[in-house]
Amino acid sequence: MPALSSSNWDRRSILRAAAGLAAAGTLAACGSNNGRGGGSGSGKNLAQMFHAYGEAGTEQAVKRYAAAYKGAHVTTQWITGSNFESKLFASLLTKNAPDVFEFHPQYQLIKSGQVADLTDLIEPVKDDFNQADIASHTVDGKIYGIRMIDDPQFFFYRKSMLEKANIEPPTTLDELIEAAAKLTTDKVKGVFLGNDLHAVIQPLFYSAGADTLTDDNKIAYHTDGVVEGLKQLRKLFTSGDLLLDAPADYWDPSALNQGLCAIQFCGMWAMPQFQQTLGDDLGVMPFPKVGAAGKPSVYNGGWSVFVNAKSANVDAAKEYVKWLWIDQKKYQEDWALSYGFHIPPRTSIARSATKLKSGLPAEGVKLFDEYGHFDRIGWTQAMITATENVFADCVRKNGDPEAALDKCDKTVNAELKKLFG
Amino acid sequence: MSTTTTRGLAGPAPAEASPARPRRGLRGSSTFNFWLFTSPFLIGLIVFVYVPIGWSVYLSFFEARFTVTPSDFVGLGNYREILTDSNFTGSLVTFTVFALFIVPTTWALSLGLALLVNRLRFMRAFFRSVFFLPTACSYVAASLIWKMSIFNGVRFGLANTVLGLFGVDNTAWLADPSPPWYWLVIVTARLWLQSGFYMILFLAALQNIPRELYEAAAIDGARRGLQTFWYITLPQLRATSTAVILLLIVAAYQAFDEFFNLLSKTTWGRPPLVELYYTALGQDQNYGKGSAGAVILTLLICLVTLFQGRIMGFGRGEDSK
Repeated sequence: MPALSSSNWDRRSILRAAAGLAAAGTLAACGSNNGRGGGSGSGKNLAQMFHAYGEAGTEQAVKRYAAAYKGAHVTTQWITGSNFESKLFASLLTKNAPDVFEFHPQYQLIKSGQVADLTDLIEPVKDDFNQADIASHTVDGKIYGIRMIDDPQFFFYRKSMLEKANIEPPTTLDELIEAAAKLTTDKVKGVFLGNDLHAVIQPLFYSAGADTLTDDNKIAYHTDGVVEGLKQLRKLFTSGDLLLDAPADYWDPSALNQGLCAIQFCGMWAMPQFQQTLGDDLGVMPFPKVGAAGKPSVYNGGWSVFVNAKSANVDAAKEYVKWLWIDQKKYQEDWALSYGFHIPPRTSIARSATKLKSGLPAEGVKLFDEYGHFDRIGWTQAMITATENVFADCVRKNGDPEAALDKCDKTVNAELKKLFG
Repeated sequence: MSTTTTRGLAGPAPAEASPARPRRGLRGSSTFNFWLFTSPFLIGLIVFVYVPIGWSVYLSFFEARFTVTPSDFVGLGNYREILTDSNFTGSLVTFTVFALFIVPTTWALSLGLALLVNRLRFMRAFFRSVFFLPTACSYVAASLIWKMSIFNGVRFGLANTVLGLFGVDNTAWLADPSPPWYWLVIVTARLWLQSGFYMILFLAALQNIPRELYEAAAIDGARRGLQTFWYITLPQLRATSTAVILLLIVAAYQAFDEFFNLLSKTTWGRPPLVELYYTALGQDQNYGKGSAGAVILTLLICLVTLFQGRIMGFGRGEDSK
């Protein structure tokens, strides 16, 4: 390029400017996607973080509630994928951490000062809450989270398939294994417990007469009953009667609805979708008892809302949480009953919930009341992962249950020591 | 044109060069242009690669739980912890098994594809594109397809449907680790994703082999096919092969997406990066220990690369021609 005319240079300058702008734009774009969006002018901006609920309309509902709030501009981060907790924990470390988030009551969040004390918000309406939900969020008399929904988890089964195989709903784990064998055909598997079985870990503990922890936060899951249960589950896992690697996991109603299995472990939330597809050909039952000392159980999971104590807008966030999850009963009812079925933790709402009063939903509520076990706040994510490894090692792999539980004890004890000294 | 490029690459001349051409000033100098066009990339490299690496090294000497700005210096404690952690050392074994599998198979498959495509007389561009296309697919998307439609455990999964035709029972490819079918899923997914890219590298190298060599070989009585391939083609591909193997090993070390997406809540089949992800970003949020692992991994990659370069003569390819 020998001669460069001046017009050529003009073009270059433009190009150069454009390149510079593009580079600046690219850099600026990094980190701007924090879900906060622009301010609406009226007061503060708040960000809230939710995991992606499976039921249609939930995301819109959460955003609708947020839009109705006048005190601040609230944006929603809707986290898809199966590892909500790691995304939540990672983002809580950053400047873009949500001000409000949903999770389960876990003590390490309180110990590390991550969640704000919400006692003053709940205190006036404390008596209107399910007392078990208050207890599971309380440490030393302070309440750290507000329960939004309670989610009992239990088995759904196809009545017609059980009748055809001439069996009653199983009441012990042994019967469940037998039933699975009888119900399995070349098209249908007997039972679905989820692809990685993690959903039935706590039910197995409870049904074997054990628990996650004792009241004074010592290991309570390492019992002979649990060891027995693990051996039985290993038998079921290798029997060929258990549905594995289904395209959708246990929390999704697809496996039972598509006729892939006859009995599916799932949760109350999916009941409307089950009913829609299967009509009356549907029954529910608790996790059957394990061993002689056991009794049937239901794990009452659920989601609670927390305020990030390290946020710059703690007060505004508390205000918003109070507005939505204490004052706005209409929205609370909508959230619990209009999409999936969840049990409202507010007794006044639960009492007036006609949808849960009859038929199968009423049976679900009965399981919740009769067999339900709530979260223990001392049972944290690290311990949950340790028990998931137990299932990986001795149910999915042919390991020794005692050895797997011993390994788990080590992790759990280390964690307990860190948290409670 | 060419002068600008070579000068820029040979080492950026400082801005003093400009007085030689006063009328154009700094704006017109090639130095300025060099920095203008490389700086977006350089800034990105520094901000997103070198700073994090440096920070990671820093973190690895601290007790850093739930924080990336720690204050509790622990010296080599994290290194001691991670090196005695059976999960981490186990993951290095997992990686080795994986690399032993994937490196030779990808190498052979992409070379095979390149040879085939190179032989084509028509529709060469079409097949070249078809084999290259999977490279454009994301690992996550491919993993989901592999998991949910090809290798799901139910009767309508593709693999189970095909096997069902031969009367084979449904297989749980991923949930059940014995037998370890999950390797099949992982290896096929990666083969599908990677082979096309390396095929292009081989194809370019194949087209660079001088015709005269083949003619000379033919005159000397070398038989077409295996003999020619063994004595002419393969040695001529040496430089490319070395590069491909190097890239494959690094890629295998960096394996994450498909393992993370295909295997959930397992205690097996975790390559180092997945293990470190769970250490640093899992419920423990142990950035100190995670960083120590990352530093060890980086050192290992460097060592293997150097070692492999020694054996196979990476960079000596030019002289051997």
